[in-house]
Amino acid sequence: MTTVTLVESRKSAQLEAVVAGGDYWVSAADIGAVLGWVVQPEGLCRDEVCIPLANRADLIDADTISLTRLAELIARPLAVSETDHAAYLGPPLVGYEETVGHLDAPDFALPDLDGRMHSLSEHRGSKVLLAAWASW
Amino acid sequence: MITVAVDRAADARPWIERASPTHPSLIDENHVFGELYNMVNVPTVVWVDEEGRIARPNDVAFTTEKGGRYARVSTDDQMAILRSWVSGDRQDPTSQYLENQVAPISIGSQTARAHFGLGWWLYQQGSLESAKRQFDRAGELAPGDFMIRRGTMRYFGSDPFGPEFVEMVKDWRDRGHHYYLPLPVE
Repeated sequence: MTTVTLVESRKSAQLEAVVAGGDYWVSAADIGAVLGWVVQPEGLCRDEVCIPLANRADLIDADTISLTRLAELIARPLAVSETDHAAYLGPPLVGYEETVGHLDAPDFALPDLDGRMHSLSEHRGSKVLLAAWASW
Repeated sequence: MITVAVDRAADARPWIERASPTHPSLIDENHVFGELYNMVNVPTVVWVDEEGRIARPNDVAFTTEKGGRYARVSTDDQMAILRSWVSGDRQDPTSQYLENQVAPISIGSQTARAHFGLGWWLYQQGSLESAKRQFDRAGELAPGDFMIRRGTMRYFGSDPFGPEFVEMVKDWRDRGHHYYLPLPVE
């Protein structure tokens, strides 16, 4: 057993894992606790959504889940650093389309130099010029 | 006006302090903003109207003549259309026009951002070599994402204005791409 750090939505969780074939197999209970996805008879489920599992053995072995296969099934990009036992789950691919594939300006909250948070929605009612820049 | 520095806070700080702006001047070390708006380079501007709708999507904009020449935009023309939008003289573009200007997001670029996210996390943990590998992988998956490719150069002591950057842009252009692709000024 080894410990893998799963980073997602700007949070990180430490999970016990078995490394096999360049993949991390983590406990199904931990995945349920961290991501809310649970293996049930009808498939991989979270809230009202169930993803049917054509090949259950691909995803789950005894009580452990493949991180790679899980990421594919829930359509989230996964990046792994085996030397650091760290994995990063990006935002859902479908949710992404929904966020950007229309003309509502996505809201965000970011800090200024003093750590004070500002959001776009605070400026509703005014025209806003958003300008991304960098020192590089 | 809201500015977002796609930078480490320490790198952006002297610029912000020197400008001492009155508008919100934000820091985005994690590329949260760039991901939401599908940005791949700076400077990039977006116009947002009173209802929170995008009135003009991602565009390159410079305020200096030198920058304008590099991006092949007229800073005067850009300022003129911005003023006419602010004053209400400019006719709003149709949704269809706008939708045509919004670039689709590829799975490759989203995967690249996951590698950037992991790289930034590793960098913060002090795992620099691993971070570099993740940033390099991100750059392979999304070679046009200069927020990642150029933006992380300084993390490893490379000069984002030096020969490595010049070579990066030359290679990208040789492959038939634009380093900056401005929207038409109509």
